[in-house]
Amino acid sequence: MSVALFGMDRADIGLAGLAASGGLIAVGVGISFWRGLGLERSLLWAALRALIQLLIVGWALQLVVDPNDSLIWSGVWLLFMLAFAAWTTAQRAAEVPKVFALSLLAYALSGVVTLGVLFGFQVYELEGRTIVPLAGIVVGNSLSATVLVSRQILEAASEQRGVIEGRLALGLSARDAFQPHLQRALRTALVPQIETTKAVGIVALPGAMVGLILAGVDPADAVMVQISVMYLVLGSVATTTTVMSLGISRELFTSAQQLRRL
Amino acid sequence: MASSTGFSLLEVAAGPAEAPILTDITVDLPEHGITVIVGPSGSGKSTLLRLLNRLDDPVGGAITWRDEALSAMPPPTLRRQVGTIFQRAPLFEGSVLDNFRVADPEVSGERGRHVLEHVGLSAGLLDRDAATLSGGEAQRMCVARALLTRPEVLLADEPTAALDIDARIAVEGLARQLADEGIAVLWVSHDTDQVRRLADHVLAIVDGKVAAFGHLSELDTHADPIVRRLIGAPA
Repeated sequence: MSVALFGMDRADIGLAGLAASGGLIAVGVGISFWRGLGLERSLLWAALRALIQLLIVGWALQLVVDPNDSLIWSGVWLLFMLAFAAWTTAQRAAEVPKVFALSLLAYALSGVVTLGVLFGFQVYELEGRTIVPLAGIVVGNSLSATVLVSRQILEAASEQRGVIEGRLALGLSARDAFQPHLQRALRTALVPQIETTKAVGIVALPGAMVGLILAGVDPADAVMVQISVMYLVLGSVATTTTVMSLGISRELFTSAQQLRRL
Repeated sequence: MASSTGFSLLEVAAGPAEAPILTDITVDLPEHGITVIVGPSGSGKSTLLRLLNRLDDPVGGAITWRDEALSAMPPPTLRRQVGTIFQRAPLFEGSVLDNFRVADPEVSGERGRHVLEHVGLSAGLLDRDAATLSGGEAQRMCVARALLTRPEVLLADEPTAALDIDARIAVEGLARQLADEGIAVLWVSHDTDQVRRLADHVLAIVDGKVAAFGHLSELDTHADPIVRRLIGAPA
């Protein structure tokens, strides 16, 4: 099996290697059986599902990574990814008003800003093999933080209603009245990502870097790629959560600066 | 009947459009003294108060303040002229001075101490964490905070309901002091003793409608026994 990583190198672990790595699942199943955890079916199903999903993705990626192919396919992939992420967010935070439209906007804007920087400064070349994986990193890493910030904001609007109306009653605008709660929600959503970034390399080696090193790339080069990916993740989480939280905050208030009852 | 109108309500309906809490409120509220709004639980007293600083809007009818339609006034401007204190004093994070700065970002320490003394609190509380104030102190601090926007009317939604008797009397005394200084007070209460102590005028709301409005002494002989009970009229 051939694994392409940003076009820097190729590694082939072969079907035998894949089967051997699958032996690790057998270890997990064995432990579950031995300790009576009852997770054997779940483990096997998860492993099989991941294999099928990634094989399909790998096959589909062939359509977009060929430099001769039109970038339209990458665009289609991107749109599908954005829509799916927005749909997932809407499922997990269904109580948020206009959640699908807002999260779609948040992921799209975040993609434009973060990928705009990476491609604008020619950190990576603008081609299918870079657009799709990098956009995947933007959306994938922003999803849980986006759901978290959405729930935090809604919770604040409900539980802190008295305090928010107290500020409105003093003549503050809706934006100013909600500002402390917005800040708190954003901090809650961003701090885990900041902590993860701080611990990188000490607690765990990040996936992209490990993948590159396993694929035979010089570790120094792999580190450079990893750093750019980490900054991309941090930037995309910050952008997505900010856009989302500002969008929801607007939905919380009427044009007469009254806090809605949701 | 009371003279000189501040707020005028004409056929006002409020609450959920499909089941309004207030259905037909028409009244001219006085621009001076203390008007106490009474009514059974759920009759719409607090709902009415929230309409007057536009924390909510009516679903029908019209409200004017000094002949200007409330709906035409920018809510922040209106709310700085029409201050509000709530049943549960909303305390913001930080010191008392930090709380004052939410109302007036330019407030000086001197002005802060002055306004604390104005509401009968020690000027030494200015740097105290607002969360450590007692219930009575917190409520008076909220009045002081509201005064920093120099309101002309003060809305009070059962502000003493959660206070002990001493703190209740202190806050009532403060309301009387402010009314004497020219700030009209509209005060929601379900406590008949408090109505007797505080009211210049009374607005009685029953089943979402105006059951009676007038001077307290006028209503003591009102034909409706519910009204007489709501104001604790002498037998």
